[in-house]
Amino acid sequence: MESTVLKVDNFSAYFGDNQVLKNINLETSTNLVTALMGPSGCGKTTLIRCVNRMHELIPGTSVTGNMYLKDLDVYAMEPIVLRRKIGMVFQKPNPFPMMSIYDNVVAGYKLNGIRLKKDEFDNIVERSLKGSALWDEVKDSLQKKGTFLSGGQQQRLCIARALAMNPEILLLDEPTSALDPKSTSAIEELIVELKKTVTMLLVTHNIAQAARVSDYTAFIYLGELVEFGPTEKMFTVPKDKRTEEYLTGKFG
Amino acid sequence: MLEEKMIALRKELIESATLVEGMIDKSITGLMRKDSILLTEVIEKDEPKANDSEISIEELCTTMIAQYEPRAKDLRTILMVMKMNNDLERVGDHAVNIAECSLFLIERPSLKPLLDIPRMAEESVGMLKDAIEAFIREDALLAAMVCERDNIVDNLGQQILRELITFMGADPTTIERSMRLLNIARNLERIGDLSTNISEDVIFMVEGRVIKHHRDQEGG
Amino acid sequence: MMKDHTTTRMIKDKAFRVIVIFLACFAMLPLLLILYYITRNGIAVINWEFLTQLPRPIGEAGGGVFNAVIGTGMLIILSSILAIPFGITTGIYLSERSEGKIANIVRLCVVVLQGTPSIVIGIIAYIWVVAPFQSFSAISGGVALSTMMLPVIIKSTEETLKLMPYHLKEASLALGVPYYKTILKVILPTGLSGILTGILLSVARITGETAPLLFTAFGNQFMNWNLFKPIDSLPYRIFYYAMSPYPEWHTFAWGASFILVVVVLGFNLIARGVAVKWKVQF
Repeated sequence: MESTVLKVDNFSAYFGDNQVLKNINLETSTNLVTALMGPSGCGKTTLIRCVNRMHELIPGTSVTGNMYLKDLDVYAMEPIVLRRKIGMVFQKPNPFPMMSIYDNVVAGYKLNGIRLKKDEFDNIVERSLKGSALWDEVKDSLQKKGTFLSGGQQQRLCIARALAMNPEILLLDEPTSALDPKSTSAIEELIVELKKTVTMLLVTHNIAQAARVSDYTAFIYLGELVEFGPTEKMFTVPKDKRTEEYLTGKFG
Repeated sequence: MLEEKMIALRKELIESATLVEGMIDKSITGLMRKDSILLTEVIEKDEPKANDSEISIEELCTTMIAQYEPRAKDLRTILMVMKMNNDLERVGDHAVNIAECSLFLIERPSLKPLLDIPRMAEESVGMLKDAIEAFIREDALLAAMVCERDNIVDNLGQQILRELITFMGADPTTIERSMRLLNIARNLERIGDLSTNISEDVIFMVEGRVIKHHRDQEGG
Repeated sequence: MMKDHTTTRMIKDKAFRVIVIFLACFAMLPLLLILYYITRNGIAVINWEFLTQLPRPIGEAGGGVFNAVIGTGMLIILSSILAIPFGITTGIYLSERSEGKIANIVRLCVVVLQGTPSIVIGIIAYIWVVAPFQSFSAISGGVALSTMMLPVIIKSTEETLKLMPYHLKEASLALGVPYYKTILKVILPTGLSGILTGILLSVARITGETAPLLFTAFGNQFMNWNLFKPIDSLPYRIFYYAMSPYPEWHTFAWGASFILVVVVLGFNLIARGVAVKWKVQF
């Protein structure tokens, strides 16, 4: 049985007076990948950042409407508490350069002052690195700095870091835009594998990527949610004319 | 991602082919043994299954193309599977026709001991089985050999026609039964033709060569 | 015609290159001359006795600059203790606030402070610390020197932190780490090389400052471990010996100068080493 992990309810976002998201309504279900696709500047990155309230780092932003993570009201919580329940992977891989691979994976614990026994940390590191398909490549060099890895490996390290916190949902903001084709397909295969255990929300400007890895797709255009549905259906029989035009390359 | 789906697609097609082969076997066996239960099974149970299978495979192919942008051999495979899917459905229809004609015939005295029909059936079904085998093994050579056997089936069909014309000329009361037998022969011939189509599709899938409409022989 | 053009251009190019190299070498000349003279005149004086003994009154042979060396060391430590915390925190503040009235005022103050003549700073320290306590002291010297260190530390901290890529902060914040902890545990450690370089450079600068010490630390013939009393220092000792009429003391001045130059050069080179070796790649 699928249950809802994230519910976006009549949600709008503003940069100052400029409305960048208009009444978005969507739901993401457990252990599925939901993709947000649309042309540049459509609001998809803003939307994903509103989920863990990272947009609040930019002054002048405001929102109306609601978001619910399982039963919790996202905007009634402390942002810090919220962000510990949500994992985020960014466009540019950003492992902490001063920390070893080991410390990077458990950074969410160590930086937050959460103390665990060494065994427990070891387990978390192994589990997370296995989950992000990086364990075999780095298990003998866990004490090395994270920045010695290639771009694709660094991104998998960032995924491991996010997974280590057992997030309710994993947010991926164009995770492969900065990677070469080989690393990109490795990450896509990882996402398909991770689907079995992790709920994910993926922003991508690459239509084909949304088609390949996601179960549900939301097409966002000029801040509006134009269409939302199962990926199979949307790519074969889109309901909205604008979706059809976007998919066939008429714009964007 | 795509690989898994390709494996699933091939599996579904092979299952569909097996179903249809079974339908032909059952129809001919039902005719030979005068078993109306077997024949009814073909019409009432097997045909709906075959139709559902056709729709399912078609949908799978469509979404695979939409989602995975397949190229080269993957693209050829998916396109050819769609065509083979259609042909298999028609083979199924022919099997149903054979079953229906057989139901008519088994309730009446037989015209003659059936020799040629079973031989023709064996040959057509053999062609179909080999065509599918060629698909499974991706064996273009085997597929090419199937195309050449079409003549045998056609010749058998001609033979049956001549024989039945003689019957009908000699005794008008045999006309209805003869026509039904002729129908069965026609259906078996069509099954042979469809098996040839399937083989041509297999060759395109494996080698990218188009041999249908005798393109090959024109040196093109 | 074309060939002439090309030849002229090539000659001009060569000439330009030669001139630039010549001027560069010329610019290095003063430094090389200073190093040469100081080494030539100073190195003869350097020996174990010179480094470990206290100055003797005139008339007695021998003696050393032990108290000056220790004094300089203590002044460095004192002024660092005062300047580093304030400097780094101000640097953090300025790097976080690129606009704003207060931030701009602070920046202006830093610029003014950097341009203030060192002797004026010495006088201010005198008014603040020496006059109320009625005594020259190491502490007042520390206050003066730390004031001179502040602008360098603030500026280098601000610049280093500004260079920290935004995505580092994002990574930490997305893990639910509070903002202040992000700065302290992620941004600062990553920028450590740049901040350390700034500190080392400011130390190198104040090691050789003399004018402010004239009104504050004042100098002391004897060894002094008491921070509330006057303390000797290398620049002061050099000044004292060089201004004296005794030739023997002049040689001592050369020796002390040599030590001072080595120390300052050392700090500069270490700073450079830190900047290169410890630099964090993102």
